[in-house]
Amino acid sequence: MARLFEYQSKKLLKDAGIRVPEGGLAFTPEEARQIAFRVGKPVVLKIQVWLTGRADLGGIRFAESAGEADAVAREMFGMKVGNFVVDKILIEEKLKIKTECFVGLVIDDAKKVPLLVFSSAGGTGIEEIAREHPDKVFQIPIDILTGLRDYEVRNLLRKAGISGTLLVQLSAVLARLYRLARKYDTRSAEINPLVITESDLVVAADCHLAIDDYAVYRHPDLDIEVAREFDRPPTRLEKIAYQVEENDHRGTFYFLQMEEELFPEKKYIGFHGAGGGGSMMSMDAVLDKGFKLANYCDTSGNPSASKVYRAAKIILSQPNIKGYFASGSGVASQEQYHSARGLVKAFHEENLEIPAVIRLGGNFEEKAIEILRTYLKDIPATVEGYGRDDSPESCAQRLEELTEKSKSVHAVRPVKLQDIPEDRYFFETLTGRIFIDHQKCLDCQTKGCVEACSPGILKIEEGKSVLSVPMVEAKKGKCTECLACEIYCKFHEQDAIFIHLPIPGLKDYRARFVQKPE
Amino acid sequence: MPILVDEKSKVIVQGITGREGMVRTQLMKDYGTQIVGGVTPGKGGEEVYGVPVYDTVEEAWEKAGPIDASVIFVPAALVKNAALEAMDAGVKLLVIVPDRVPIFDVIEISHLAQQKGARFVGPNTLGLVSPGKAVLGMIGGRAERAKEWFSSGDIGVSSRSGGMTSAISYYLTEAGFGQSTIIHVGGDAVVGLSHPEVMELFEQDEETRMVVMFGEIGTTQEERVADLIEKGMFTKPLVAFIGGKAAKSGTRFSHAGAIVEGSRGSYESKVERLKRAGVHLADSVSDIPKIVKKLKSSKGG
Repeated sequence: MARLFEYQSKKLLKDAGIRVPEGGLAFTPEEARQIAFRVGKPVVLKIQVWLTGRADLGGIRFAESAGEADAVAREMFGMKVGNFVVDKILIEEKLKIKTECFVGLVIDDAKKVPLLVFSSAGGTGIEEIAREHPDKVFQIPIDILTGLRDYEVRNLLRKAGISGTLLVQLSAVLARLYRLARKYDTRSAEINPLVITESDLVVAADCHLAIDDYAVYRHPDLDIEVAREFDRPPTRLEKIAYQVEENDHRGTFYFLQMEEELFPEKKYIGFHGAGGGGSMMSMDAVLDKGFKLANYCDTSGNPSASKVYRAAKIILSQPNIKGYFASGSGVASQEQYHSARGLVKAFHEENLEIPAVIRLGGNFEEKAIEILRTYLKDIPATVEGYGRDDSPESCAQRLEELTEKSKSVHAVRPVKLQDIPEDRYFFETLTGRIFIDHQKCLDCQTKGCVEACSPGILKIEEGKSVLSVPMVEAKKGKCTECLACEIYCKFHEQDAIFIHLPIPGLKDYRARFVQKPE
Repeated sequence: MPILVDEKSKVIVQGITGREGMVRTQLMKDYGTQIVGGVTPGKGGEEVYGVPVYDTVEEAWEKAGPIDASVIFVPAALVKNAALEAMDAGVKLLVIVPDRVPIFDVIEISHLAQQKGARFVGPNTLGLVSPGKAVLGMIGGRAERAKEWFSSGDIGVSSRSGGMTSAISYYLTEAGFGQSTIIHVGGDAVVGLSHPEVMELFEQDEETRMVVMFGEIGTTQEERVADLIEKGMFTKPLVAFIGGKAAKSGTRFSHAGAIVEGSRGSYESKVERLKRAGVHLADSVSDIPKIVKKLKSSKGG
């Protein structure tokens, strides 16, 4: 669910014909003053964060005048609440409230329909109110094809004891809210409180909309940067990860930081799961051993080796982790060696020092484990590979033993760009570029890269390895970025092949952790 | 008899000429699934691994029908139309493999399915397999692995996690317990066949004697299974594992969700409800075969 801020939600309500308080969004105390002045009445100042119970956090305050609004805003900007630092304040006229109602739209997973929920009592503590006064709560299941008809809403409101002009006004609000929710593919839409003012106007005093992640693409106008559920703004590293996912639709890559600041004395590890259920089970296993997760990550659904590589690079951009744990369901349908190769490339580039336990059970796990064993024996870290007959619990146990023994703490390395001569042979792939040093090819005895290439798109011409399909085909995805050619050449031959898989933003991100030379 | 699909079922693949569609068609055929056609608009007349491609589902039905099931591999944005097309043509079982299908699209598909008396598995599913007979979707990967991991028997498997569907079935096979049908119900909040609906199918199936269920936090599926048991509508022994014990609780979608669902959806709620209904709960996945064994021996096989 991609949440919208209150001010964004209210803009959509207003456009849909639902009355919202007069006001505006301020980024500075001066703007707060101007908005309050324009409103010309006592105002409320509301910090724009994704947290409920803002009033108790000091995030909702009142001001009688423009000058006072300025002063109050000065105290509110920069406030730290939850995972937010306040940088936006919504300033609105203070409503003269007669009563408060609640209206919300949810999806009923049992009946598989949208459900409109209305309570004639609303405001703070709505869940308790609803529990204590179930007689005030009314629901309508909505037919997805016909939508919500006005008379259905009127019938509901009549049962709630509402009549007269209020019935007319409220039914319009409820019907419009549903239409808005449908139009913007909201996963949840709520107005709480829906205020009835002393002059009998129905006004949406607060509102929360969350857009279905899977439908965000239909609504470019909403400018949603990361279509994922967060209870805070995404971190820089999460944004970098999200870009990787956006640029490569092969499989799914999900990355979430559990902590942004990791203290070296604690037992943090980098967590790399595969598949939701298997990841959760694996997570439970490491948490039981007293580890803390620096991050949660899931690469699944047949991801490319390059995607797994990028995921590993992002996980290893977190300083002070003490181990790397990769584990999925244990019996995955996709070929596991792609993931193994992704990890090999990443761990080598990082010259990994912290121990890693990699559980790659599933199709071709024997080959996957063999790849880890063969190609990671020369890095400083101990890397162990396991398969479907090894439980996540026993793998977590192994990681515990290895971290106890190694005592290493991960240091983030700078991203170094390789110096590659301009005349080096290369071709583009879906998300990167493959360079082949043809000088070195001449010393190659086996030409094993051709055989290693899983899509079979390399050939030998005059003793040099070149693409056997048109370059445009390779870029369109013929080259699956399986990384097999690079790994073969690096370990069995001349180290002539380099696959450049850029991760935009990672270089700058890592720079902050890298020790400056003294 | 397995539920939903066997070796006699006639199956089509929508999106057969795409990357996944092509590969999976081959794998399903290798396993023994009777793939009688594929559909990709504009590619009618072509063939994929010997399977004829049609422009529409209606055409596939006319030339190769009647069709029992369609496996859908089209991009998420096109899933709704593909599903509606199949049901309109008369197909009664859909397996919707793609993930990231918008939830309102799923609700529309569900609406038509109810009207037409059709069923769908997914979206975001690996599919289902009736061991030794047929596979729909991508579960098991290569046929020889699928044959090794899944064996035919009398245990039904229903799971909300794709990977865990295979894992549980594999561990059962290793312990000597075959499966009647293995089904990944899909990972999304709203799915076509959810756990309780699968339990009803297993209840009716004579050859299924016991069921293993992998549940997860979120949605009300597992609580509704407990409701079914208490109403006497599901009477077979059930072994369940609920994942997500350590996941952050309290991340609620909304107040409205809390008002409607109460505490349902949390790990504690699911475990408590299932226990009260007499379900055998496993603490770890590796315990599942042990519990199955105990139940089997106490019942004399």
